[in-house]
Amino acid sequence: MRTLSKALAGGLGALSLLPLAGCQPALLAPRGPVGAAEKTILIDSMIIMLVIVVPTIVATLAFAWWFRAGNKRARYRPTWHFSGSIELVVWSIPVMVILLLGGVTWIGSHQLDPAKPLGSAHPALNIQVVSLDWKWLFIYPDQHVAAVNELVVPAGVPLHFSLTSASVMNAFFVPQLGSMIYTMNGMRTQLNLQADEPGTFHGLSGHLSGDGFSDMHFEVRALPAAQFTAWLDSARSGGKALDGTSYRALMHQGIEPQPLLYGAVEPGLFEHILTQRIPPAPGPEAQAKAR
Amino acid sequence: MWGKLSWNAIPLHEPLPLVSAAVVLVVMLALMVWVVARGHLPYLWHEWITSVDHKRIGVMYIVLAMVMLLRGFSDALLMRAQQAVAMNAPGFLPPEHFNQIFSAHGTLMILFVAMPFVIGLMNFVVPLQLGARDVAFPTLNSVGFWLTASGALLINISLVVGEFARTGWLPYPPLSELRYSPGVGVDYYLWALQISGVGTLLAGVNLVTTVLKVRAPGMSYLRMPMFCWTSLAANLLVIAAFPILTATLAMLLLDRYLGFHFFTNDGGGNMMMFMNLIWAWGHPEVYIVILPAFGIYSEIAATFSGKPLFGYRSMVVATMAICIISFMVWLHHFFTMGAGPGVNTAFGIASMVIAVPTGVKLFNWLFTMYGGRVRFDTPMLWTLGFMVTFAIGGMTGVLHAVPPADFVLHNSLFLVAHFHNVLIGGVLFGAFAGYAYWFPKAFGFRLHEGLGKAAFWFWIIGFYVAFMPLYGLGLMGMTRRMQHYDVPQWQPWLQVAALGALLIAIGIALQVAQLVWSVRHREALRDRTGDPWNGRSLEWSVPSPPPSFNFAVLPEVHELDAYWALKQQAIARGSLPPQTDCVDIHMPRNSPVGFICAFFASVIGFALIWHIWWLALAGLACAYFTFVVFAWRDEHEAPVAAATVARIDEANRSARRDALAHLRPIA
Repeated sequence: MRTLSKALAGGLGALSLLPLAGCQPALLAPRGPVGAAEKTILIDSMIIMLVIVVPTIVATLAFAWWFRAGNKRARYRPTWHFSGSIELVVWSIPVMVILLLGGVTWIGSHQLDPAKPLGSAHPALNIQVVSLDWKWLFIYPDQHVAAVNELVVPAGVPLHFSLTSASVMNAFFVPQLGSMIYTMNGMRTQLNLQADEPGTFHGLSGHLSGDGFSDMHFEVRALPAAQFTAWLDSARSGGKALDGTSYRALMHQGIEPQPLLYGAVEPGLFEHILTQRIPPAPGPEAQAKAR
Repeated sequence: MWGKLSWNAIPLHEPLPLVSAAVVLVVMLALMVWVVARGHLPYLWHEWITSVDHKRIGVMYIVLAMVMLLRGFSDALLMRAQQAVAMNAPGFLPPEHFNQIFSAHGTLMILFVAMPFVIGLMNFVVPLQLGARDVAFPTLNSVGFWLTASGALLINISLVVGEFARTGWLPYPPLSELRYSPGVGVDYYLWALQISGVGTLLAGVNLVTTVLKVRAPGMSYLRMPMFCWTSLAANLLVIAAFPILTATLAMLLLDRYLGFHFFTNDGGGNMMMFMNLIWAWGHPEVYIVILPAFGIYSEIAATFSGKPLFGYRSMVVATMAICIISFMVWLHHFFTMGAGPGVNTAFGIASMVIAVPTGVKLFNWLFTMYGGRVRFDTPMLWTLGFMVTFAIGGMTGVLHAVPPADFVLHNSLFLVAHFHNVLIGGVLFGAFAGYAYWFPKAFGFRLHEGLGKAAFWFWIIGFYVAFMPLYGLGLMGMTRRMQHYDVPQWQPWLQVAALGALLIAIGIALQVAQLVWSVRHREALRDRTGDPWNGRSLEWSVPSPPPSFNFAVLPEVHELDAYWALKQQAIARGSLPPQTDCVDIHMPRNSPVGFICAFFASVIGFALIWHIWWLALAGLACAYFTFVVFAWRDEHEAPVAAATVARIDEANRSARRDALAHLRPIA
């Protein structure tokens, strides 16, 4: 028993030390309002439950130890198997916890609905996201530029993402900004995020999409407004255009080790992908045949 | 002639699977040669392969689960090793191989370890606890087992011939559609699960019927041991959920084989339909494996505390509540699909509601110990380890049920840590507890306690070392199923997790050593009383191992904890109850029909995977013919002579008389 409690203390100790070790975990160091609200809910819910879970664990070990067969001081009650008042307590404690957490869920789900605009004075920047095999395409429809595997956004400006997939399902996830969301071919999901301050964040795929899945990560650069405008200008002067033909090349399976930049985007490209006017990406076999 | 099958299907260029498969093949061949050379084949055939005895079938289920556990765990070691080294590096497993490994790991561990382990325990224990001679449909039971084994066989063939699915343990379309997964991997997955799924459904029908219809006189519902209740609930879920799995996989098969468009991107298909359907099975599925484990803990907590289970009726209500609510929560597996807040709130709260009956169960086990005399034998250690570990796993589970929290935790390593927390700390610990608890009943000798306890400590410490870092990695934003990564902060934690996996490996090695040592020293560990733990329910009233007919005379049940009550009366009286006259007992005859059908099912599955149409048709015809032959059998029962029954009964009674001399009334 002593070893059990030691092991337990060790396990819990390791868990509580985790946030302190190295740099702060991404989810506990959010850089935007959505991530911050989700962190609060995460921690609040955890604390509400720990209030019950810790005493339960302690009581488990304490009861087992005190009522060990060798303990002469513990009273043996070989037929005791029911107590109405204890039953009442053991049913009502979890019910009350769930009532509380249910409230957190109700309010949180409505406030943090991914599709809900962030309610900022600043108009939102529209970004269209397409998950490809195996890269991320970001289209700025109003600025007519696009990037692959790099997401550059202005800091302090609400971002409105429309997302779809060119082939298989995927999930768009920037841990420090908050909510993950699925991308699905022929369907559009929406997500509202914001980076409060300039900075660089790690973005990645949250849903297995095949052999190149692990390479589907991207850098999110949140820039001050002026630098963002400068980036747009450099992108526009950068050259290449994203049209049906170059998109079809991008659609083939493969990884893109370096970010790409497109200075012009064919209008309505995202809608064409969404409505399948551009058919879903070919799989490995069709690709092999085409070559 | 041979469809898609050619010599290219054998991965000669990949040494790792080939070498491991070769080792397995050599071991299997050696085993077969040994069995034949030593003349054990007739014994195996008559006593095990064709047996329709629920106890033998239960043991075979558990053997299957243990062998598959070794396979599934080697996959786990490979994954932990890969992630420990794959920081900005390709590691030693290419993605196409890594993806097969985690897909096989999940599929095997859920469907061919957890499922057969709990079904095996239910098969072995439930009829004994109910005071029944066998399950309701003994031959069907054998068919169900062998079909499960057939599915496991197909998955293991995929190691050498062709490939396994690279799509995760649930093959989400469109990735699993022909366009994106043109290989045979997904087909192996689909046919293996279709075949074993039918087997599981048969087992479910059988056990529900058994609990509802085959009980000893006086064994009313509220006198059934808790394990029978949780088995009933789990098998009701099997009956309700497995047809959904079969239908869903059938639709995916139609997509892949006949160009249908249920889940494709084009042609009006919808991949979210698959996700809804697969989780409408998948969520009840986790309760199918955890509910029997809850029953095991209930039996063990009561036995090793020397007290009745606290709040029995409350436990029954909680079990049935979990059974029903578990069907109303499937959407929490994809909160991130972008449904509206109304939908998310409804499913989030429904998911949390399950925590209420589950919490009640935990508290009731706690109060079962209260006022007891707790003995820390191996089964009780697993139970205590479970109670502590499951409290943590339950908490992180409820955290996932809060949609805004799930938006950042979904598909992360936090999620992976959570479900291993409940599946290892809940299901597997329960299975091991049940294994240690009922092993003496099945074989007549105990397992070595010291090695069992050592295995427990390596397992539980290994579990915490392996999975607590994954919770942390989830908070650090690492998503699951990554073959490599480029965030340096993740690596130390992944290395710690790999260390934890090694500790678990030692635990498994100790379990193997425990079994080998105990078998070799079985005379020293022999239990002659049939009741080594001072048990409470009827399975402890019969000899160990129990005779084929279980009970010489069917017991009369007057209360809960029927055998405990009998013992107390005998102690008070100072003698056993008077002997009742034995009569001939008619038991079902052995039948090879399950084995033969499963053989043909494997042939059909293999043929369909490789598009060898003539072979599939031939297999189907043979399987059908087997059933026709079986249906035309004349004699399906054989008598056990009254004299034999009386002799076995007398041996049991004499052992109990000896034991009675040492028992004292409880103060």
